[in-house]
Amino acid sequence: MTQHTGPGRLPAAYLTPGSASFAEFLGEHAPELLPGRRTPPVTALTTEAPHGTTIVALTFPGGVVMAGDRRATMGNYIAQRDIEKVFHADEYSCVGIAGAAGIAIEMVRLFQVELEHYEKIEGATLSLEGKANRLALMIRGNLGMAMQGMAVVPLFAGYDLDATDLALAGRLFSYDVTGGRYEEQKFHSVGSGSLFARGALKKLWRDDFSAEDAALCAVQSLYDAADEDSATGGPDLTRRIFPVVSTVTSDGYRRLSDDEVGAVVDSVVAARMESPGGPQAPLR
Amino acid sequence: MTMPFGYVSPEQVMKDRADYARKGIARGRSVVVIAYDGGILFVAENLSRALHKVSEIYDRIAFAAVGKYNEFENLRMAGVRYADLRGYSYDRQDVTGRGLANVFAQTLGTIFTVESKPYEVEIVIAEVGETADDDQIYRLTYDGSVADEHGFVAMGGSGEAITTSLQERYRDGMPLQEALTTAVELLGRDPATGEQRSLTATQLEVAVLERGRPRRKFRRLSAATLAGLLGQPLESLGQPPRPDERESAPPTTLAGGSHEPPGPDSGSSEGE
Repeated sequence: MTQHTGPGRLPAAYLTPGSASFAEFLGEHAPELLPGRRTPPVTALTTEAPHGTTIVALTFPGGVVMAGDRRATMGNYIAQRDIEKVFHADEYSCVGIAGAAGIAIEMVRLFQVELEHYEKIEGATLSLEGKANRLALMIRGNLGMAMQGMAVVPLFAGYDLDATDLALAGRLFSYDVTGGRYEEQKFHSVGSGSLFARGALKKLWRDDFSAEDAALCAVQSLYDAADEDSATGGPDLTRRIFPVVSTVTSDGYRRLSDDEVGAVVDSVVAARMESPGGPQAPLR
Repeated sequence: MTMPFGYVSPEQVMKDRADYARKGIARGRSVVVIAYDGGILFVAENLSRALHKVSEIYDRIAFAAVGKYNEFENLRMAGVRYADLRGYSYDRQDVTGRGLANVFAQTLGTIFTVESKPYEVEIVIAEVGETADDDQIYRLTYDGSVADEHGFVAMGGSGEAITTSLQERYRDGMPLQEALTTAVELLGRDPATGEQRSLTATQLEVAVLERGRPRRKFRRLSAATLAGLLGQPLESLGQPPRPDERESAPPTTLAGGSHEPPGPDSGSSEGE
């Protein structure tokens, strides 16, 4: 057989069986499209690329809820007031991103195509752990940029179709900039406001939430994060811009509509009028 | 490759290759592609649950093939990679069936002339549109010819016989059940003897490109769904449906792309 190269046909890389990874295919065939393959700048760029965020995720019996605020900051400027930071990764998982906005969104886009590509080539979806690992590989590839201040820190959550106990099918994974992957229990938060969100989640989370309760808990914790961190945006009641709140259950990924989130936000804000610190936790 | 003794004219060489490819394709089972009112239907006689003749390429585009499995499987993977790469580097809307058909035609044509053996494959690339008028069905043959078909395509061993029958029986806007039962009947008919086999749901690989689905239009019909549409009892399936045979996907939001609000019946697999 002659070599599969030359004009007039798809290059051999297209027709070769073996790899079901879109990112690997890009690496061989079109490496310039990979997010990690850039030359890091000489000096750090922390104030010039949009970043700053809070993403929260929590499990409940039957799935996970993930929510993210809508603010992108560049230094002390609000670069965008309605940026979306929580996305579906595929039918049964979602990802929220903190860090440099442009690179993060590109990485999410690549991740979405990676998962769908695998499913189409192989004819089967990846396991939840497999998806979490692919994301870790992408973060690892971004280490050079991360060291220069353009880090991407995702929070990955999904519904594990292979789970034996359906009450524990919702799973969370966090990452560090080196690409380390850590499974989290109960709840987690990433971003500049994550410390404050985690404090709120610690007091509010219970193991018997319904999906509605879990969404309310997420919105409460985001409100507390926005209360303390200028880089996290609270709900914009005048423009009706609310956090993105999504659930992943056995029915798949679903982003709550603006009306649904609006109703939750309105109830939270009304209660805060009476008690600005939020629902009081018992001392004992 | 050893050259035969004496001179062989280029016409003869090409004719030999074409005959070789046609024989290879005629040996295999057939695949029927039919447009129906809700989209485009693909029906293949296929006993294997692992090896597919009909597959998803992209949001609105599907691939169906007959012939040598490893050859059309390579082309299928190439098509998925090409489509994902184009959709990623431009936008998802910029991936078209026509572009894909062109790329396949180039590849098949070059393989036919340059390689020592042509690909023994025949392929359909179908794209479902917003309306039935926008549907596109392209048939590609082993030598890289592309034909823009309307309404239906039949390929494989009984391809010609099925095409003749469909020319009389096809009409635009058929409901799914009628299109399916017609295709299954014609696939089960032996062109040489006229003997009619009744194909069961487990002997078929059936998929649709459904106009009404959000974003990803491709859907495989499970054996249980097929049995229902063909009027076959579920007990005849002989095996419980696999729990991982999920048919439908809920609407999805794409990073940096268009947002599709969740529909009231998202995730439901009812209502074909």
